[in-house]
Amino acid sequence: MTASVLAEALGPRARRRVAVVSVAAAAFLAGAVVVAVLRLADKGQFDADRWRPFTRWPVWRFLLEGLANTLRAALVAMVLAILVGAVMALARLARNAALRGLAGLYVQFFRAMPLLLLIYFAGLGLPKYGVKVEPFWFLVLALTIYNGAILGEIFRAGILSLDRGQSEAAYAIGLGYWQAMLSVVIPQAARRMLPAIVSQLVTLLKDTSLGYVIVFPELLRLGRRTGSAYGNTLQAYVVVALIYFTVNFFLSRLAIHLEVRQRRRYGAGAIAVTGVEDLAVLSAQGEARR
Amino acid sequence: MSITVALTLTSFAAALVIGTVVAAFRVSPVAPLRAAGAAWVEVLRNIPLSVLMLGFYFGFTKIDIRYGEFATAVIVLSAYTSSFVAETVRAGINSVARGQAEAARSIGLTFPQSLRVVVLPQAMRTVVAPLGSVFIALIKNSSLAGLIAVVELTDMADRISFDTARPIPAFLGAAVGYLLLALPSGAVVGLLERRAAIKR
Repeated sequence: MTASVLAEALGPRARRRVAVVSVAAAAFLAGAVVVAVLRLADKGQFDADRWRPFTRWPVWRFLLEGLANTLRAALVAMVLAILVGAVMALARLARNAALRGLAGLYVQFFRAMPLLLLIYFAGLGLPKYGVKVEPFWFLVLALTIYNGAILGEIFRAGILSLDRGQSEAAYAIGLGYWQAMLSVVIPQAARRMLPAIVSQLVTLLKDTSLGYVIVFPELLRLGRRTGSAYGNTLQAYVVVALIYFTVNFFLSRLAIHLEVRQRRRYGAGAIAVTGVEDLAVLSAQGEARR
Repeated sequence: MSITVALTLTSFAAALVIGTVVAAFRVSPVAPLRAAGAAWVEVLRNIPLSVLMLGFYFGFTKIDIRYGEFATAVIVLSAYTSSFVAETVRAGINSVARGQAEAARSIGLTFPQSLRVVVLPQAMRTVVAPLGSVFIALIKNSSLAGLIAVVELTDMADRISFDTARPIPAFLGAAVGYLLLALPSGAVVGLLERRAAIKR
């Protein structure tokens, strides 16, 4: 959906007006960029010395090591969080009331917690009680607990979004609860949830940078060390931000691509990518009303 | 806890304004504004908040852009949150029936007029719930202000845990604080949602 949301083909007067505003806006934006560049140059931020470290392989190897650690933590945490999330979703949909209540409590509690609080508790709190493992595992633990709760909600929404008739039909042909879940409900729900899962992966990847606070050598921490070693803090942050941007941008694109494909194949059943659950519903309503 | 509340409310107010303007840019017929809006959203959304926070605080001081810790935290949180607000509002704009915009244009309103008078008021009603999720996410994200020495709830818990050497009570206290903020917020969002619903 592009600009045509509000304006279909414009008349001659409106076209002229748009052209004038376009030129003015372009000039203003270009001006802002020029001022920013001049100001940066004025402070010597474009001096070759400050950027030279980033042309050297050892520096890049150092940073890429950080990226590798980031990706490793994100991947392990994602796999574990999917397991926790699946268990939570199934428990929340179970027939046993106690199980439902417990899982509901877990999800509601950890969804309301800032991840940073969990990381502090895992990384700085648990060692006080004699738990001693590498920072990597503290980070993974906190990420898993938190994202398990979020993914549990996504999974539950995915399963509930499936038409009741699907599970009823499965029971009607004599399948038991688990058979119906495994061979009828989950395969269909999983397809709908895929975009939302990928976009949660983007969030998780960004959140991995919080491993910074418990001295896990991920991208942000190594970037900061580079910055202070070469006295080019600003440049180091810019490079780190660019690396994150590149990785996340392509993952976000993948999520959107998956969602569009999903819509094309199965109608508006896909769950929204943005992590804001109601958006899919919103745009589906909009399309229906059109 | 009052610092967490202050951070959240100030940043959310700013993010609402910036986000709505950026969303308007992204659907406008003026191509450079569309591009600027898209760049704003993509850049802020794909860089971790922690990198933004530390980069602004430690990086921008090198070019003499310097504010207090609290102000820095508010600036970074509102910029980051505004990209999510913008995406939400844009989805809301897209959900407004096309005939509304067409009707607005056919009675001679210009693009800014039709957006302001006809489309946005309706879009805002539909995005109350998703904006509520953005707000609750912001409560949690405000914990990152602790990275730059703003003593909000999470940072406070960390300090108490360090001083008393008893992490469980300290962090549990903070957890209760966040629940006390998130649960009523959720209830208020639900209430607003019901009041704002378009009745047909």
